[in-house]
Formats: sequence, structure tokens, C-alpha cells
Amino acid sequence: MNAVVHAKATSRHLLSGNEAVARAAWEAGVRVAAAYPGTPATEILENIALYPDIYSEWSVNEKVSVEVAIGASLAGSRALAAMKHVGMNVASDAFMTQSLAGVAGGLVIVVADDVGLSSSQNEQDSRYWGRFGHLPILEPADSQEAYIMVKQAFDLSEEYEVPVIVRMTTRVCHVKAMVELTGERIERRAAGFQKNPQRWVMTPANAKPRLPLMHERDRTLRKVSEASDLNETLKGSDRRIGFVTSGPAFMHVRETFPNAPILKLGFSYPTPLDKIRAFAGTVDTLVVVEETEPLLETEIRAAGVAVQGKDLLPRFGELAPNVLRPAIKPLLGEPYAVPSRPQTDLFPRPPTMCASCPHLGPYFALSHIRNLNIIGDIGCYTLGAGHPWNALDTCICMGASLSMAHGMDKGRGESDEKKHIVAVIGDSTFLHMGMQGLLNMIYNRGNVTVLLLDNRSVGMTGGQENPGTGENLHGLPAPRVDFAKLAEALGVRPERIRMVDPYELPTMVKLVREETKMEEPSVIITNRPCSLTDRFERFKSYAVIDDQCTGCGNCIDLGCPAIFVARRETVTAKNGKSKELVFARIDANACTGCHMCVETCAPNAIVQPKIPDRVIRIHPHG
Amino acid sequence: MVDGITNILVVGIGGQGIMTAAEMLARTALNQGCDVKKTEVAGMAQRGGVVSSHVRFGPKVYSPQIDAGEADLLIGFEAAEALRWLPWLRPTGVAMVNTLRIAPPVVSAGLYDYPADPIGALTASGIEVHAFDAGAIADALGNPKLVNTIMLGAISDHLPFPADVLKKCIVEGFRAYKPELAQINAQAFDAGRQAGHA
Repeated sequence: MNAVVHAKATSRHLLSGNEAVARAAWEAGVRVAAAYPGTPATEILENIALYPDIYSEWSVNEKVSVEVAIGASLAGSRALAAMKHVGMNVASDAFMTQSLAGVAGGLVIVVADDVGLSSSQNEQDSRYWGRFGHLPILEPADSQEAYIMVKQAFDLSEEYEVPVIVRMTTRVCHVKAMVELTGERIERRAAGFQKNPQRWVMTPANAKPRLPLMHERDRTLRKVSEASDLNETLKGSDRRIGFVTSGPAFMHVRETFPNAPILKLGFSYPTPLDKIRAFAGTVDTLVVVEETEPLLETEIRAAGVAVQGKDLLPRFGELAPNVLRPAIKPLLGEPYAVPSRPQTDLFPRPPTMCASCPHLGPYFALSHIRNLNIIGDIGCYTLGAGHPWNALDTCICMGASLSMAHGMDKGRGESDEKKHIVAVIGDSTFLHMGMQGLLNMIYNRGNVTVLLLDNRSVGMTGGQENPGTGENLHGLPAPRVDFAKLAEALGVRPERIRMVDPYELPTMVKLVREETKMEEPSVIITNRPCSLTDRFERFKSYAVIDDQCTGCGNCIDLGCPAIFVARRETVTAKNGKSKELVFARIDANACTGCHMCVETCAPNAIVQPKIPDRVIRIHPHG
Repeated sequence: MVDGITNILVVGIGGQGIMTAAEMLARTALNQGCDVKKTEVAGMAQRGGVVSSHVRFGPKVYSPQIDAGEADLLIGFEAAEALRWLPWLRPTGVAMVNTLRIAPPVVSAGLYDYPADPIGALTASGIEVHAFDAGAIADALGNPKLVNTIMLGAISDHLPFPADVLKKCIVEGFRAYKPELAQINAQAFDAGRQAGHA
């Protein structure tokens, strides 16, 4: 339960930026919200789902989510789509043209940039999309501002008939901060779709007359941004350096230089250049602090205002106080020595797959078969690139595995002549953008072995539902896609579609071996749910009989975090060479009784101790 | 109202309840009329990674992040993790540490070593360290999940508000959502508070 869902106006709450966005959307009268899960934006839709007044859904990808929101807007409803930064790349095809047509009901796209790159494949600055697509951008610095700005974004969107981007970052989405609620829901009836082909049918003839209107809108919005109280000047007492800043960087600037004048841009695009010019005239030196690219800085400089920024500050990562101090203090003639930290030369804790993760079986198989090029995708299974499997060779973006594998097959070099090409993709990523790659490969007579790891959830973001789950965002029953039938419909021969229990290691290894030898595409589909979701059933844990363990280390190769090395011993083998033995134990608290490791143990040292049977359901959110 | 800014760093491993403990501290500070910010650095933490949760409260908080050398309190749910974050503590700060040791697979595989005596290394740095086995206390109370409340009890006498304010926030939270656990958590808080003085 979430108390804020029922909270009255003028109450104070500790909310994440994502929770604040959800509350604001509810108050703003949003009727439709859609998203595909992606860190750090996932919780926006999870929280919107708690408000029964809003229709909300997990869409199959970000482009679809934006199109759903556009459709709702055209029907006259206020609508919201939320996504992580790389989701914007997928969604851009839709909003780049809708920008020309404009909107009817307020349409807000909330995008969360992973500044600091904590859980993504790149660190891109989504503010470019505002400039590229002629869309205004609001940039909250914390939860309170996210709450205020999302509400304003809807008003702005409706008044100027334009989709509005609210640009968040990880440090806004996931920080919990005090929010004072000032309103409750204002119900807004959908006005109904107003047919108008010249406006909504973007053929060249109809799109062309919209171009000057879009540019006129830019000029109007710049005036709005110049006058907006979201662009606020803090006077400050030390006028040697004045800062122009936006988003959470503002908080870091204010923390580090409490007496400096600051022009804080909440409505950061179109850039309020007159306001910035006037501010520049009141300070000795103007410094722009923005995460991450020098967008404001470039525009300010182009407007003829002397400014510093990325000559002092990094172009990537968070601009936290520990970055600002050493970069800016010398400018004030205050040399700043980085505090010496005692060295803590400690082991790392790289993320690992979970105990009984259904991906362990496939990766055990892949790590035991030679001559494979393994083309990966986005999901927990990307961890297969790490220790102890070392069985993933590429990863770039959602769905790329199948198409890249196909290209690698067609563009084979001599050294790869005997290699088999494998693509590894999860259920959700396959449905997001992978299906097209499979269709393309079949159509063009490619030869790739596809491992479709179906764990019935969007695992990496916390086990959210997708069309392969059998449930929707609200946990209600939903049609479940049949992956085997889908693969067959796309053209894979039925003989080459193999269903396998990933816990049955010998079968798993045998199937991958067989299918990679085939001179035609094949799809191997695993069928165990993610072990962190409530779709997973937990059984009695296993233990190692110490006397029977021979120290072969096969079970360790599985990479299950419930199995650990109890001791090591170096012995001399029959051939005279020395050999290291590793004796294993199983952590009874972590083990879920999946029995995968039993198959790796020749001396049958892994057994279930005789304790009463118990089945425990794991609840991910409990 | 609390004067000045208090910086608390809660550290451990994904799945230990670090974020919940930090949330309790943040809520209590909010109830005391403070401005509060709480942030995590948790890259894919659910999968065995390092988790650090920063809690900052006072009259007005801007940046959510605690810088190196600026934490007033360090709550370590695991011994090596407390050592990892030691540079974040002020020389005058206090470390409250669970002696639990969790070696990740890369240590288990022999690629790295787990420090022989993390608590000793913490103490040798000259800061005030309190270390005890929170898991043993939780087991004695019959529920390993109580470690969270035990650690909060242990730190409660080092906060800028009375220990009972934190205890009340925790117990009332349980009363609202899991009433059957309210009493045992009150006990765990008291046991932790006592252990924290060791």
C-alpha cells in the first residue's frame, strides 16, 4: 500500500521523484498512462497503476507507449508516457512527427536519464530531443519540483498544443525527498476526437504547412520560458561567479556555493537567452553547470555571452559537490586540495545472477561449448559476459542480438569459418524489439541459433509483467503469448523449435550442441520463471556431503551464488602435474532447491537433507 | 527542529534491507519537522552488488549526496562494506557495524581475498566503532529479518533526536501494515540499542 495515493492536499510526504510524478499525473487529470519498464523510470508507471482513476499499461516498447499516449491525447484525454533515456531513441519516430501535428489533450513524455550510468548501456542527454523535435523541456531538481513541473507540463502542453518533455535523471527519480501536496485530482472529461485530416494525417502535403507553425510555436514558447517563474534567479552575495544550472545539478551548486548567484532553469528549453544575458550582466564570470552535454552553454555562447562550463567540468557523470569543488574553487583563487582518502583496497562485488536463476543453465551450456560467437542483448542475461561463464560477446541495445547475429553470420571472416553464431535474448526483450530480427533472419535465410530465455518477466527491472507473463501491470490475468507458435509463424521450422527446462543441465547442454550444428535457424526456448518473482516456486534446500565432495569444482562453474568454496587443496595428479581441488558447500538460506547443481556432481555429493518438506512462495515486493 | 545537517550513510549488500533502514531514518527526521533527502547508489543491487544509502536531514537540504569525509554516522550491515565506506566518515564520526561477513562469488572463486579483520581495520583508523553480531540477536529473537531494526536500535542513541522517536516510527509502521510484527520489532530495537553500547 502506498499512503500518498489517498493523501489529501497540504500534507507532507517523503516521495521519490517517480512517486511524485505519479501523484502529479493523477492530480492533473491524466486518463491514460503507458510505459515499458526501464531503470530509473520503472516506478513511475508502477505508482500510476495505484491510482484507479487512470488507465495504465505496460506497453511492449517505448515507441508503442508514446503512440498509445498520442492516441489518447487525440481523443482529448490527458496522457503520459514514461521511459528511460534509451527508450526515447525507440520512441522518437513517433514524437518527431507528432511534434508537427501537435496534440489535443495534454501530452507529457517523462524521460529519465541515467546520469552516472548506474544501470544502463550508455549515458545520453535526452535534452537533445527537445531541440531535435521542437519540444519544450522542463527539468525538475528534486521530488517537489517533479510534482510541480509535471502538473505545469500538462497545462503548457494543452495551451500550446505541443508534447512536453519532463527530463528527470536517476538522482531525481530515485531520491526520496519531502513533497508538500497542494492539490487533489481535477477530473477532465475527454473532449472526443475531432476529425481533421489536414491536422492529423501527416502526408507531405499536410505536413508542409505545419512546418512554419512549428517554428512559430518555438518562438512563442521561448517567450513563455523567458517569463516562466520556473526560471528563477537566486541573488546571492558573492558575485564573482554566477551559475546557470538545471536539474539536480542545481542542488549540488547550491550545496557547494551557498552564497553564489544562481539562475536556475526549470523551463530549460526553449532557452531563455534574454534572462540569461541579463543575469550574466550582474556577475563577474558566468559558469554553466549542466548534466551532461554542453547544450545550454553552446547556445549561450552562440548568443554572444561570455561563458564557461565544460572547459572546467566533465562532459559525463554527475556534477556532485565532489566534482564541483575541485573544478570551480581554483577559479575563485581558492586552491582546493582533494581530501586524501585512506586506501581501501577491497574486493569488488560485481552483480551476479541469483540463486536458481533460470539463466544459469543456458550459460553453463554456452560456457562448455567451444567455437561459439555469442551475441547478447539487454537483460539480466547480459551478466553472462562475467565470471564464471564468460559466455557473451556483445551487447548494445534492445533486440539487437538476433539482427547482429544474422549480420555476423553473413559477414563471416575466415577466422570465424568454423564458428557457430548464437543469439541470446530474454522474453521481454524479444517481444520489445527482437521479433523483427528473427523475422528478418528467417526471411533472408540466415543461420543463427537463438536462445530465447523465457523467464516470464522483465527481470532486470524487478520482475514486471509483459505479454509473455499471463498477467498485466495490475496483476490481472492477460493473454499469454505462445513463443513456440510465434517463432513458427515467423517461419522457423517446427523441428527447429526446442522447448527445454533450463534446470535439466544435460538436456540443456545437448540441445545447444545439437542446434548450433544445424545449417538453419533454430530457436531454443527455456521455460522457468525468474526466481525473484512470485511465479517462482521454492523447494527444500540442498547440501553438500563433505566426505563425498571430490573437489572437482563442476558445481562452482554453474555460477550459482548459493554455492561457495569451503576450502582449496593442491594435490599431485597421476600424471605428476599439480592440480587445485575446490571443495564446495551450499548456503542453505540462499538455496531454493532448484536441483540444477545436482546434475553437475558426479559423486552424488549434493543431496536434500532429510527435513520436512516445505514450499515457500517468494514475494518480490513483500 | 534539528540544528545543522546530519549525514547518515547506511551500507551493505543488495537484499539486506539497507533501503528500508534508511527510509525509517528519513521518515523519522521528516516527522521531526526536518527537510530530508535520501538517495541510493545501487547499481543492479538486487543481484549481490554494493548498496549505499545516503540520508541527509536538517533545516534545508540541497544535494542528496554525502561526500567523502562528511558522514556523521556510518551504519554497516556487513563488516567489509563498513570498511569500504570508512573514508566517507568524519574523523569525529561513529561507525555502527554488524560483524556479519559475506564473501561474493569472486572471493569464493579465489580471485580476491576477503579482509582478515575488517573490524580491526576500522578500529585502527581511530574512529569510534561499535561492532556486534546483529544476526545472533535476531536469531535469538526468532527472526533473521530483525537485523534491520536491531541496527537502527543500535544507532538510535547517536541521533540528534531521542531514540524513542525512531522506535515509535518503526513500531507504528509495523502496526499499520504488519501488526503481528510490531511487538517483536520493539524488542529488537531495544536489544539493538543495548548492543550498540558494547
